[in-house]
Amino acid sequence: MNPTPAQAERDADVEIVGGDVRCVGAWTVARVAGLGTRLDRIGWPAANEVVIEGSALCAMDTAGAWVLRRVLKSLESGGRRVSLRGLRTEHEALLRMVATPDVVDALARAAPKPSALERIGVIASGGVRQGVDMLSFVGETAAAALQALLRPARIRWKPILYNIRSAGVDALPITGLLCFLMGIVIAYQGATQLRRYGANIFVADLVGLAMLRELSPLLTAIIVAGRSGSAYAAQIGTMKVTEEIDALRTVGIVPIDLLVLPKIVALSIALPLLTVYADVLGVAGGMVMAKKELAVGFPDFLDRLQYALGLSDFLVGIGKAPVFAAIIAVVGCFQGFQVAGDAESVGRRTTVSVVQSIFLVIVADAVFSVLFNALGI
Amino acid sequence: MEAPRHAAEPIVEVRDVCTRFGDAVVHDGVSLAVREGEVFALAGASGCGKSTLLREIILLHQPQSGSIRVLGREVVGLGDEEALPLRRNWGVMFERGGLFGSLTVRENVGLPLREHTSLDDRLIDEIAAVKIALTGLPSSAAAKYPVELSGGMRKRAALARAIALDPRLLFLDEPTAGLDPLSADGFDHLVKHLKELLGLTIFMVTHDLDLLWGVADRVAFMVEGRIAGVGTMQELSKSEQPLVREYFYGPRGRGAREQAWKRR
Repeated sequence: MNPTPAQAERDADVEIVGGDVRCVGAWTVARVAGLGTRLDRIGWPAANEVVIEGSALCAMDTAGAWVLRRVLKSLESGGRRVSLRGLRTEHEALLRMVATPDVVDALARAAPKPSALERIGVIASGGVRQGVDMLSFVGETAAAALQALLRPARIRWKPILYNIRSAGVDALPITGLLCFLMGIVIAYQGATQLRRYGANIFVADLVGLAMLRELSPLLTAIIVAGRSGSAYAAQIGTMKVTEEIDALRTVGIVPIDLLVLPKIVALSIALPLLTVYADVLGVAGGMVMAKKELAVGFPDFLDRLQYALGLSDFLVGIGKAPVFAAIIAVVGCFQGFQVAGDAESVGRRTTVSVVQSIFLVIVADAVFSVLFNALGI
Repeated sequence: MEAPRHAAEPIVEVRDVCTRFGDAVVHDGVSLAVREGEVFALAGASGCGKSTLLREIILLHQPQSGSIRVLGREVVGLGDEEALPLRRNWGVMFERGGLFGSLTVRENVGLPLREHTSLDDRLIDEIAAVKIALTGLPSSAAAKYPVELSGGMRKRAALARAIALDPRLLFLDEPTAGLDPLSADGFDHLVKHLKELLGLTIFMVTHDLDLLWGVADRVAFMVEGRIAGVGTMQELSKSEQPLVREYFYGPRGRGAREQAWKRR
């Protein structure tokens, strides 16, 4: 069975000598490829009785045995009577093994590939099911939140504080830097246009309104979705794979109480605070650029900012943040709970959580814009 | 198929291997030899360096010093390119299966075939089905993903993948760990059956006493980074080494031995 290299040199082949089919070469997994593809086109002897001569076989493994079985089958399907001769006992044993009903059954059962229509149906029903699941998760979370409000002693403060730190304080450098750069970009883009009309001072309006009303809340939410929303999905997903979620249930802790509510509360506190911080840094970025490109000094800029911005502009931006926070936390946790089975699923769900939460944040932002416009704020 | 005993060169030969992780000495001069055609087991307490030695033999870890020859080639310091022909000639079943989660069982088993041979897809699927049936998995398991299988079925699927290329040498890492007694028993028979049918040489790492008594031809017993004894289980059970004795004459060891005697 383990041939020396010299014996194994020849590829598996069949030679047709009169009414006999002679098997030659090494019938091993590395050497049967050519024969396997040729098998259907071989001109078998026309005789009714065929002998397969196996004494010249120098090696055979299960792959070779399977090919030999195919030879047998294709001869027999032509109505011939086939007998084997000269096959070594161990090769015969292999041939018997691959012909067991289990194997034949396994092949017969190979499921056909689903049709395009079926695949579309599977995707659609999956989408609907996920929507329903999401809704029921939101409901479950709301019910848990209500219970927590009725019994404030059950609120878990420590995870809330921990999450404020990890989602808020730890995100300060990256959020600050990005919003500062965004302020610079806006002032820079505006500078060319404003200079043309000699309206340099209005750079304060441009930067102030854009940052406070739209960009700070949106940018902060996107950064937090990428930083914390994904972490929530990965954390809960991993806990699910390692059965920690089930363990929590068995010791009498409601997983939503411990894992979801603190995150929603913490993010609803942290995200508005981060947004205020982002407002400041964004305006600062605009100020630096205004001084350099438009010769608008800091005092003039700040003076103009007071006239340009009302309290409502600030509140509109900050008001969106808790909604974004809830979206990010709920989507992240929901996707974490959707993890089933293996590590790969954790990765997939984490990706989905980021994509979905950013998508929903932007949709919510668009809805807010329409609403505020209708209300004239 | 009985392979010739005391063949010219052992199929696996480990000589004076020393391994350290930082300050922790894992192997302190380990030597052993596996003969062609036998079932060789490496036993010992948890954490004594069994699995690390296995990883060194299959080129997943480099020892600090010593020599390891597998299928006639020195593997210490071997590059990936040179290791390829060796890797085609052995199959490895990992403790937790190591099945690819994104592939079905059939695709998992077919992967080595697709990678290393020029067989057409139909033949690969058929050979994969043969291997799956050979390991005793029901035919319905072929289209399933590893997460949908029970622990015992996953081990069988991993075994099917390990023998996909009809290797000369099969490595099993804790083949029965995490199985219920009945499944573990089934696995014993499966290993014996495959060895006879495919003429494999099997190197396994285990602390399953039933497997050691029932299947292994020879056993090496590892204690604190050294081989404390090599031989058949009968020989080892007469060893004077206190740690080896403890292993065999503890309550579990005695039970397994009595079972093995009854079966003989």
